[in-house]
Amino acid sequence: MDLSAVDARGLSFAYPDGVLALDGVDLAIGAGERVALLGPNGAGKTTLALHLNGILEPSHGTVHVAGLPVTKQTLKEVRRRVGIVFQDPDDQLFMTTVRDDVAFGPANLGYRGEELDRRVEAALDAVGMTAAADRPPHHLSFGQRRRVSLATVLAMDPDVLVLDEPTSNLDPAARRELAEVLDGLRVAILLITHDLPFALRVCDRSVVMDGGRVVASGATHDLLADEETLARHRLELPYGFIPAPRTPNSDPRSRSGRSPG
Amino acid sequence: MWAFGVYLALACVAAAAARLRPGAVLRRLAFELPFVVFALLLPLTGGGRETVAGLSVEGLWAGWNVLAKATLGALAVVVVSSTTPVAGVLRGLEALRMPRAFTSVAGFMARYAGVIGDEARRMRIAQQSRGYAPRWLWQARAAGSAAAALFVRSFERGERIYVAMLSRGYAGSLPAAALHRAGRADWVLALSLPLAAGAVAAASWT
Repeated sequence: MDLSAVDARGLSFAYPDGVLALDGVDLAIGAGERVALLGPNGAGKTTLALHLNGILEPSHGTVHVAGLPVTKQTLKEVRRRVGIVFQDPDDQLFMTTVRDDVAFGPANLGYRGEELDRRVEAALDAVGMTAAADRPPHHLSFGQRRRVSLATVLAMDPDVLVLDEPTSNLDPAARRELAEVLDGLRVAILLITHDLPFALRVCDRSVVMDGGRVVASGATHDLLADEETLARHRLELPYGFIPAPRTPNSDPRSRSGRSPG
Repeated sequence: MWAFGVYLALACVAAAAARLRPGAVLRRLAFELPFVVFALLLPLTGGGRETVAGLSVEGLWAGWNVLAKATLGALAVVVVSSTTPVAGVLRGLEALRMPRAFTSVAGFMARYAGVIGDEARRMRIAQQSRGYAPRWLWQARAAGSAAAALFVRSFERGERIYVAMLSRGYAGSLPAAALHRAGRADWVLALSLPLAAGAVAAASWT
């Protein structure tokens, strides 16, 4: 049996003030699959993400990560396997140097010494930030902090990356660089975003949430062509943007050459 | 009296050995200025019966003492802070067995002072952009509510940081920083300055 990287079934969750944020959500992500999670503000996207690594506990439903049920006993393993990159890098980077911050996760997993150093170096290398290892995070540009945030999670060697609005506040070049960094990774990705062209660039499949439910799911290209569904859920393509018809050569990931290995 | 001169020489040797530019050191010493003003006031306000040119002798001595000690202390701080990054200072304190709780708090302060300062600056610019230019005390209300908003925002940020820490496997204690073990040569070099200063203090004790 091919185990899904993440399998959420019938998730419901209400915040203490009574707001029902999730109302029976099903979501499965295959190993190595890239899925965009789209939807208007307040749809429950981030709330769903916080269930995938057990920060929030559902009032109903279950989450399995690589076949492992998310419970108090499995939290450590679940948080190694599901890495969340939060929206604001200043929340994610809390140590005094980049190196210490990237080492935080693997050190919590019990790595020390050379193995820890190796993981830190590899993670920084994957995002092209090796040169900044000994700098304090607040001396980096916003785009650089974003990439280091990604490295802090990569250092834990996750199966699934959850990216919460990774392109917000990025300039176009930094946004393209981020897509290229993601191309080089061999992990499953759940991309939470309002940036529909970026979703198309990175993810083959998309899921639309609205009002705490999954309301649409399908190939990203087909979904973005479905004006009616987009409009119903307050999703809009940027002015003048028309997804190019799909041809075997139009996939930027095959052009930039996703490295096998 | 002479001890101050030796201390000054020691601090200058340290600064020179660290290849700090004199101009930069002097500029960073500027944070000492409020104490200098206080020291200059002492001869005018100091007690005692003896006076020189209308100035209290006792006050002159007190002012000189404050000035000399503050300058020497500030010089030492400038040398340490311009040669050692915050992370290095914290690591050193940890190596000297300072409890992890203190170094963690200091680390978070160092990391977030700038972030919160930026937030405060943006709020002030936003207020000024809407014509807020307080001149009188009763107009300070907006400053108060800005401070409150800043507190709430910082509190919320703290919660988000905590969630981010949990997400990366935080289980109640920060991992020990990778320490560069100090060898004998490091200790000798690091202790040479405090020992020299201690010897001067002992010799000048009367």
